[in-house]
Amino acid sequence: MNEFLLVGGMFLVTFLVRYLPFGLAGSLQIPKPLQRALQYVPVAVLMAIVAPAVLIPQGDSVQLSWQNPHLLGAFAAFMAGWWKNNLLLTIVVGMVVFFISRLLIGRF
Amino acid sequence: MNSTPQSEFWRGVRDTLPLIVGAIPFGIIFGTLSESGGLSLWGALAFSAIVFAGSAQFIALGMVSAGATWPVIVLTTFVVNLRHLLYSTTLLQQVRHLPQRWRIPLAFWLTDETFAVAVRHYAEPSPITHMHWYYLGSALIMYFNWQLCTMIGIFFGRVVPGLEEWGLDFAMSATFIGIVVPYLKNRPMIAAAIVASALGLALHGLPNKLGLMIAALAGVATGFFLEQRLASNRITEVGEVR
Repeated sequence: MNEFLLVGGMFLVTFLVRYLPFGLAGSLQIPKPLQRALQYVPVAVLMAIVAPAVLIPQGDSVQLSWQNPHLLGAFAAFMAGWWKNNLLLTIVVGMVVFFISRLLIGRF
Repeated sequence: MNSTPQSEFWRGVRDTLPLIVGAIPFGIIFGTLSESGGLSLWGALAFSAIVFAGSAQFIALGMVSAGATWPVIVLTTFVVNLRHLLYSTTLLQQVRHLPQRWRIPLAFWLTDETFAVAVRHYAEPSPITHMHWYYLGSALIMYFNWQLCTMIGIFFGRVVPGLEEWGLDFAMSATFIGIVVPYLKNRPMIAAAIVASALGLALHGLPNKLGLMIAALAGVATGFFLEQRLASNRITEVGEVR
């Protein structure tokens, strides 16, 4: 693995998507349909990352069970987020429930 | 209330602190796992300092340890970070008037967290001046914290046995859930989340994080087409009433 190329490549693609709209500012016109589609990118990408992280915590099989602290923590975080639109509360509730159920249930 | 560059900067820092709660364990676990994942010390530090993209760093680390080649990892990074295109497009109005010496660093420091607080701040009713100072405050506290936590993870990971088994990676899930929930206000958005989650699970076994890419793109397509359909249904209904 060439780390230099890896870091350089990752930097380039990451900076490119972050900078392109800022850099081109006025001259960039993103077509309306693409703008509509882009709206769904954060939710889709973040959920595609979160769902396996929570339900396949060991990376092998789906753990759809109350014995899975990741699932309990995620559920609690969702509920807290829905109840109060407060980021700190959502994150803290999720992590507290995760760590407590982990202590009670054991390792996953 | 009159805002000054300084007051806006510190407000940006303060409003970002809740998200730091999730970023601290996440940064530490990245540093901890970097060695066993197959990155050198300098590689791990460079990931955080130069790429500066939490979830992409984590995914790339997993791919390094799974033996993926660098072009495949770079391509995955591109797809995972494509959401930043939306973030920077959304924030464009706030940076349009700024010179490049501002725009370049602000683009480099753009993250899910800074976007989440900046958009909320901008939506507040009172007129806002010095928005870029607010953004800078949020960005710098995220960046500073991320470097510090990466280093803590790298060094303490070697001293504290079993730190990688504490489940600190759950902090990433909790933070992302916190960011996603406010979006889930209409049916297309909820459908996008469900399809992306379901496919992310079903295709998890595919090599090179291909499942993540397919799941994300399918989620976007679902939301987009459902929105179009609901919009055209509404037009038809209005037509029938007439």
